[in-house]
Amino acid sequence: MGILDIKSVTLRFGGVVALDHVSFEVKEGEIFSLIGPNGAGKTSMLNCISGLYRPTSGSVLFKGEDITNLKPHKRAALGIARAFQNIELFPHLSVLDNLMLGRHVRMKTGVLAGGLYWGKAQKEEVEHRKKVEEVIDFLELEHVRNTPVGTLSYGLQKRVEVGRALALEPEILLLDEPMAGMNNEEKEDMARYIIDIHEEKKTTIILIEHDMGVIMDLSNHIAVLDFGKLIAYGTPKEIQNNPRVIEAYLGEEHVG
Amino acid sequence: MRNPFVMECGEFHVSYKQDMAIWKIPRVRTRIFLIVAFFAIFPLIVSDYVVSLATLCGIAAIGAIGLNILTGFTGQISIGVGAFLGVGGYTSAILTTKLGLSFWLSVPLAGVITAIVGALFGIPSLRLKGLYLAIATLAAQVIILFVISRWDSLTGGTAGLVLLRPEIGNFAFTSEDSYYYLMFVILLITTIFSLNLFRSRVGRAFIAIRDRDIAAEVMGIDLFKYKVMAFSVSSFFVGVAGALLGHYTMIVSPELYSISVSIEYLAMILVGGLGSVFGSIYGAVFITLLPVVLRAFVELLNGMFPGLSDVLVGMKEVVFGLMIILFLVYEPEGLDKIWRNIKNYFRLWPFSY
Repeated sequence: MGILDIKSVTLRFGGVVALDHVSFEVKEGEIFSLIGPNGAGKTSMLNCISGLYRPTSGSVLFKGEDITNLKPHKRAALGIARAFQNIELFPHLSVLDNLMLGRHVRMKTGVLAGGLYWGKAQKEEVEHRKKVEEVIDFLELEHVRNTPVGTLSYGLQKRVEVGRALALEPEILLLDEPMAGMNNEEKEDMARYIIDIHEEKKTTIILIEHDMGVIMDLSNHIAVLDFGKLIAYGTPKEIQNNPRVIEAYLGEEHVG
Repeated sequence: MRNPFVMECGEFHVSYKQDMAIWKIPRVRTRIFLIVAFFAIFPLIVSDYVVSLATLCGIAAIGAIGLNILTGFTGQISIGVGAFLGVGGYTSAILTTKLGLSFWLSVPLAGVITAIVGALFGIPSLRLKGLYLAIATLAAQVIILFVISRWDSLTGGTAGLVLLRPEIGNFAFTSEDSYYYLMFVILLITTIFSLNLFRSRVGRAFIAIRDRDIAAEVMGIDLFKYKVMAFSVSSFFVGVAGALLGHYTMIVSPELYSISVSIEYLAMILVGGLGSVFGSIYGAVFITLLPVVLRAFVELLNGMFPGLSDVLVGMKEVVFGLMIILFLVYEPEGLDKIWRNIKNYFRLWPFSY
């Protein structure tokens, strides 16, 4: 049993079947990649894991516990954090505040204590600020700490997006195309950060990405989706030689 | 430790506590202190009429900060503020006149009850956004006013209720100056509370909901809980403002809490700056003083061109509307942004590059 078990998850939007009886498991501490052509259902799968979609049937198990019907904010509290494909940061807040928001579930201050900002509340803010500074240090965001996120460059915003998820100190980190739209240099940086997160923090990472080079280099296991169906699962080497994967990516004629 | 032989070239914070203060630099703290000190001695140097205007501005500012918490910071538009002011005013009126509670107890209670009513009408906010929520809060406005004007036995119907000024021991807050100070203290508390709120956990969650609600939910913010919380915190301050206003004017009646009051409060936070605590205060002062200034202007013109005042009598609404349009077009971030621009200009002056 892995840290995350997907059991026969089906997701339907009316007549469209986005996910069709998909099952796989993610082992603790690995980098797990989800690949497939556009519209294969990768992001839908991630939405089922983070709770934005509720599967039509099937179940999602986190550490053996059924979380299929849990709301997204409860899953965040369990330690499932996510970086979005289209940047979903809070544009008017500074990098610092965005990361502090990532720590929301780890903090306790309520309205009254926050409004008084005295004693415990202040101490808590300072403590969590320290943790956030560690993330800032880790992702090398020091120079933009107090800049409103909306004014940052695309590459930096992507990095803040990862940072916000990381600030939650997640057990599973869901990264939805963290390198989309980046140049090679930025991609290399991001790949380095992902490896660092994996090695230093031992976080389980679920990665969606289109760059095959990155996927093959980073992943421990790969699942391939095509039209909502799981067509292959295995190590990078197995996936590379899998005829069905080649077929899905390149079309039938090349296989023959 | 500070090296006594080295001149510092800037303000450097050596602890997170210092770095997370509201006013980080001593110069700014001095300025804030001077401003507060000025307004503390303000009633002693101006006439009673000006003090009464200042009191009205201050009470409006408390309500505007309340509304800004909801609309400016959390992004939940509300056009029911007028009615919530009414809930505050009437609660305090009923508690003091019918139950004989003291002012000091009835005002916080008015806040709490308004908070509960606000939370109740905030429940649809989970499903409704933008214009739809605006209509839902409009329904709150209509329902509350209807209840107030029809529940004769409790609220005195359309005639309203008469309130008294508060007392401590033998001292009654009947003079303009004394009520000004009462308002001033509550405004200070409200301001500091909101400033603190938005640099701590809950306030950040409010802003997150405004900016990206889906991301906020995935980051672990319970949308329903926090939206309802925003409604109740906001309504609390609006209720307190309503109670203060009731005891100041010494009367509450349904027509004082009409929809136009709601629009006026929305105008305050629009003109002042959405999502800015100080902006709410600037906006409240601006909108409260606008008709006064216009009237003075018309009277001045009337002295020179008799008969003109008939034409200009309707100008108040026109100018009011024009101001809002001009602000929306030229400075959507309001007076607060204008003030920041001025500060930034002088920060670099005279070498602007």
